[in-house]
Amino acid sequence: MSSTSGPYRLPTRPSEEIDRTKSFTFSWNGTSVAAYEGDTIVSALLAGGHEVIARGLKYHRPRGVLSATFHDPNCTVQVGDEPNVRAAHRLAKSGMAVQAQNVFPSLKFDVGTVNQVGSRFLTAGFYYKTFMWPGPLWPTYEKVLSRFAPGGRVAPNGTAAPHDSYDHKYAHPDVLVAGAGPAGISAALAAAAAGADVLLVEEDHFIGGHLRYGGDAEQARLAELRTAVAAETRITVLTNSVVAGRYDDNWVSVVQRTAPGVIERLIKARVGVLVVAPGLFERPYVFENNDLPGVMLSSAARRLIKLYGIAPGRRAVVFTANADGDAAVEALRGAGVEIAAVVDARTGGNIVRALGRGHLTGVELSGGRTVKADLLVTAVGWTAPTSLINMAGARPVWNQTAARFLPGDDLPANVLVAGGLGGDGALDELIEHAAQIGQLAAQRASGGAEGVAPRLGVAAHPALFRSSTHGFIDYTEDVKSKDIFAAAAEGYDSSELVKRFTTATMGPSQGKYEVINTIAVLGEAVGASIGDLGTTVWRPPFAPISLGALAGHHSEPVRISPMQEWHDAHGAEPLIAGQWIRPEHYGDPTAEVNAVRSGVGIIDVTPLGKLDLRGPDVAKLLNLVYVNSWNKLDVGSVRYGVMCTEDGVVMDDGVTGRLGENQYLMSTTSSGAATVWEWLENWLQTEHPDWQVHITPVTTSFASINIAGPKSRELMSRLVSDVDLSNEAFPYMKVRQGTIAGVANCVLWRIGFTGELSYEIHVPASYGLHVWESLLEAGADLGVKPFGIEAQRVLRLEKGHFIVAQDTDALTKGFSAGIDSLIKLEKPDYFSGKSELAWQTTDATDGTRVVPVLTDDPNVVPPEASQIVVGTKIAGRITSSRMSPTLKRSIALAQVPIALSAHGSALTIVLPSGNRVSARVFDGHAFVDPEGERLRG
Amino acid sequence: MMQIPCPNCGPRNVNEFRYSGEPRKRPVGEDVTPREFRAYLYERTNALGWVTENWYHSAGCRRFIKVERHTLTNEARPVGSAAEESAS
Repeated sequence: MSSTSGPYRLPTRPSEEIDRTKSFTFSWNGTSVAAYEGDTIVSALLAGGHEVIARGLKYHRPRGVLSATFHDPNCTVQVGDEPNVRAAHRLAKSGMAVQAQNVFPSLKFDVGTVNQVGSRFLTAGFYYKTFMWPGPLWPTYEKVLSRFAPGGRVAPNGTAAPHDSYDHKYAHPDVLVAGAGPAGISAALAAAAAGADVLLVEEDHFIGGHLRYGGDAEQARLAELRTAVAAETRITVLTNSVVAGRYDDNWVSVVQRTAPGVIERLIKARVGVLVVAPGLFERPYVFENNDLPGVMLSSAARRLIKLYGIAPGRRAVVFTANADGDAAVEALRGAGVEIAAVVDARTGGNIVRALGRGHLTGVELSGGRTVKADLLVTAVGWTAPTSLINMAGARPVWNQTAARFLPGDDLPANVLVAGGLGGDGALDELIEHAAQIGQLAAQRASGGAEGVAPRLGVAAHPALFRSSTHGFIDYTEDVKSKDIFAAAAEGYDSSELVKRFTTATMGPSQGKYEVINTIAVLGEAVGASIGDLGTTVWRPPFAPISLGALAGHHSEPVRISPMQEWHDAHGAEPLIAGQWIRPEHYGDPTAEVNAVRSGVGIIDVTPLGKLDLRGPDVAKLLNLVYVNSWNKLDVGSVRYGVMCTEDGVVMDDGVTGRLGENQYLMSTTSSGAATVWEWLENWLQTEHPDWQVHITPVTTSFASINIAGPKSRELMSRLVSDVDLSNEAFPYMKVRQGTIAGVANCVLWRIGFTGELSYEIHVPASYGLHVWESLLEAGADLGVKPFGIEAQRVLRLEKGHFIVAQDTDALTKGFSAGIDSLIKLEKPDYFSGKSELAWQTTDATDGTRVVPVLTDDPNVVPPEASQIVVGTKIAGRITSSRMSPTLKRSIALAQVPIALSAHGSALTIVLPSGNRVSARVFDGHAFVDPEGERLRG
Repeated sequence: MMQIPCPNCGPRNVNEFRYSGEPRKRPVGEDVTPREFRAYLYERTNALGWVTENWYHSAGCRRFIKVERHTLTNEARPVGSAAEESAS
C-alpha cells in the first residue's frame, strides 16, 4: 500500500474508478492531501480523514458529505480563483489549491458558530424583519452580513490566473437522452438501433448510473451496456455534462465540461425527441442533528466505497426503508465497516436524533436505545427530479403509494420518460421499458407512428419525511423543519409562500434534496397532504451554468468603413455607434469645426444607410413613406424627406436622389438603415405587392465621404474631371454620377448637413481609402482636415438641424419636430402618419416643439437632458447643446411645450448643480448663416 | 427557443424573425375618427388559442410571412395547415 492511501482508503475494489498507479498531492486549506487519479476533491479529503468540508450558511455548523455527488449541498469549495466548485464531483488535480468557503477565520474554528447559541433568533424571516430598518443603517448591516454570506471569492479584475475559454455549439440530434443510467443507456441503444442519431448526456464522469456502485450482477450488466454503447456509432456520449434546460420546440441546453481547451461549452440542441432518464435523488431524513458530519445517504456510502475505495466510517447505524438501504448494509460489511445497528422502517423502526458535537458519536433510536457510531446511513426514499418535464409544461402528480411525484398524462409528444422517474421495476424491466421508449423516440423523431408510451408500474414505499424531532430541511440555506412550522404559524400556508418566506429550496441545491421534505413538513403543520399542496415548479437551469458558458467565446461582429484603419492610424478616438466603429474626432473637434467653416474638411460617413430603389413605382413608395411630395423630382435632383410612423412620430430622415428614370438612391440615418429597409419591404410586401419596386441595400457597397467647407469645390475640381462642378451646372440639391480620383461609377450629391458648401460622395467601397487619401493629398495646400462625428454634431447644431432620436423621441410627431413646411397633408393618397398629423394640426395643445435655444449667459452650456421648468414643474428638456466655436457662445436645441415655443419665449433651465439659468427661444432656425448663403454659394 | 415554419425556408429558430403582429385593417375614409384610428394603431385582440400572425424573416428570406401560433402553447404551424388536416 502506498503512502498516499490515507487512513480511510480501502484495499482495491473491482468497481473503483480511481487509478492507484497514479498518485499526487494537492492542498486543502494549506495542508497537503494525497489523491489518486480519478479521486474527486471530496473523496481524497475523506480518504485522508478530512471529513468537514464546509460550514452552514447561517449557523456555521460543520458539514460533511451528504450525497457525494455534484449536487451535494455540503461540498462547495474554492479552487484557486474559482469559487463555488462542487467538490464531490470535481476531480482532484495535482497542485490544486483548495480552500473551504464561508468560514471565518478558519474551517476548524469559525466565529459564526456563535449563531448557534442565538439560533432561536435566526428563525425564518429573521433577515427580513431585523435588517429592514432603520434604513440609514443598511450599509452597516450589509458589511456585517456579507462576511457571513455564503459563496467563494471571485478574483478581482485582472488578477485571475490565465485560463481556457468558453464555447458555444449547436447540435441537432434526433434523440437526446438526459441521464446515462441503465434506463438512459437502454433508451439510447434502442433509439440508435431504430436509426436515430442519439446524444447521450451524463452528469457524472462515467455512464452507468447506480449500476456503477451496485453488486456483482449489476456490475456485469453495466459492462454489457458499456460495450454496446461503445459499439454503436449513432450514439454520441457526453459525460461530465448536464442537460440544464428544455425550452419551446425541444430546444435543449447542455453544459459540457469536457470539451478540449474549453472550461465549459454550452450546447444548444434542437432535439427531435427528448428522453428524460435522470434517475432519482435519494432524499435525506429530517431529525435532530441530521447535518452532523458522519450522517449521509445510503447512495453516498455506496459511492464512496465502490467508486473510490473509501470507508465512510468505522462503525455504522443504517436506517433503511428500501432495498438500496439494504444494499448499503452489504456494501459496508464488504468494506469492513462494523454494523452497529440496522433500523428497518418497514418493520416500524425509527431513529430519533443523531448525537455528537462537530461529529457523529451515536444515534438515539425510537424506544430510547442509544447506539455508538461514527456513521449514520439513511435510506428513506426518493425525490423525482421532475425539472425537465416541468420545463416541458408537465405538472407531475403525487403518488402516495410510491411516496414520490410521477409524470402525469400531460407530456408533449416530443418528451418521453424512462427509468425511475417514470416508475419502478426490476432492473430488467426498467431496461426493457427504456428500450421501448427509445424505439418510440426514434419513431417519433422521424415523424413516424403515434404509438402510446408504455408506463412502468409503481412499487409501494413508506412515506418517511421527518422523525419526532426537528432537523435541517435545506442544508444550503440552513432552514430547519421548525422554520416551516413557524412560517405556517405566521399564515404562509402554501408551498410557494413558504419557499419565499423561509428560503427553503432557494439555495444552490435548488430543491433537489429539500423540496419534498419542505412540502411534507408544511403538510404536517397545516394538516394537508403533499398531493393537495403540490410542488413548486422547477425552472431552468437544472444545474449551475457559468456566466462564461452563457456568454460563449467573444465574437461580437463590428462594422467598419474601408477607411477605419486610416482613422486608427491617425489618432481617431473610436466611437461605438450601434454595430459601427467610427471616428469621434482626431484629437481636437473644435479645430475640426473651424477647418470646415474656414477651409475644407472631409468626414467618413460610410455608415449612412443607402438603399438602391428601382422600378416604375418608386415615386409611389416615396410618397407613401415620406411626409413630403415626390411627384416632381427630376432626374439629377435630390430632395430631403422625413418619414413618420403611422402614429405620426418622426422615425427617420435623409435625402433621396433620382439617378435615372426608374432609379433612385435613398439615404437614411446611420442607425436607421436596417429599420427603414424593413419598413419599406413591409409596405411593399404586405400592402402593395402589385407595385414594381426592387430594393437593394447598398450601404456597404459604397464608401461615403462628405467634403464640406468654402474650399470644397476647389478641392473637388482637382479630382473630378467628367462632372461640371460650377454652381450653375451642379447647384445645391442636385446629384451627378462621375469619376473621382480615377474611380468611375461614383455618386456625387450637393447637399449639406454642416451648412457649408459641400459634396457627399459615394465611391465603390474598395476604392474608399484611395479616394480618401487622394482628397487629403490634393487638398494639402487648402488645409484640408479630416473631421469626426463630434465636429459634425457641432456643425449641424450651429445650423439648427435636429437629429432623429437625439432631438426627437418616440413621442415626437411631425409638427413637433418643426418640419411643418415639409408635411404635405394635401397629398391625395394615404401616407404613413397622415391621419395623426392631420389631427395634430387641429389640436393646438398636442405635443411639444423642438426649438433652438440661447442661454442668456453665453458661457453656460446646459448639459443635454437638463430640465426646462415652469415653477416646480418639468416642462421640457435640452436635447442638444454645445459651445459653438463659430459663434463663441452656447447654443442648444430643446423640446418645449407649444406654449413656450414662440420666438423669444423665456425659459428656465435647471442645471445638474440645481442652479437655474435663464434662456430664450432663438428667433430663427439656424444660428449660423440663417439665409443659407454658404450652402448655396 | 420556438421555431417558426417559414414557407420559403422551412422551420427556423424564432430569433431569425421579427414579430410583426396580428394582421390589421387600417380604417380609411374622411369620417374615420381618432378613436377608430387609434384602436387600429394600438389595440390588439390578444386572443387565447390559434391566431394568425405576421412575422418578418429578417435573417432568412426577408419576406413577411403569415404563421398560425397557439398563444397558450407557443406551437406554430403554417397558415392553412389546420384546414388541410381536417380535409384529409
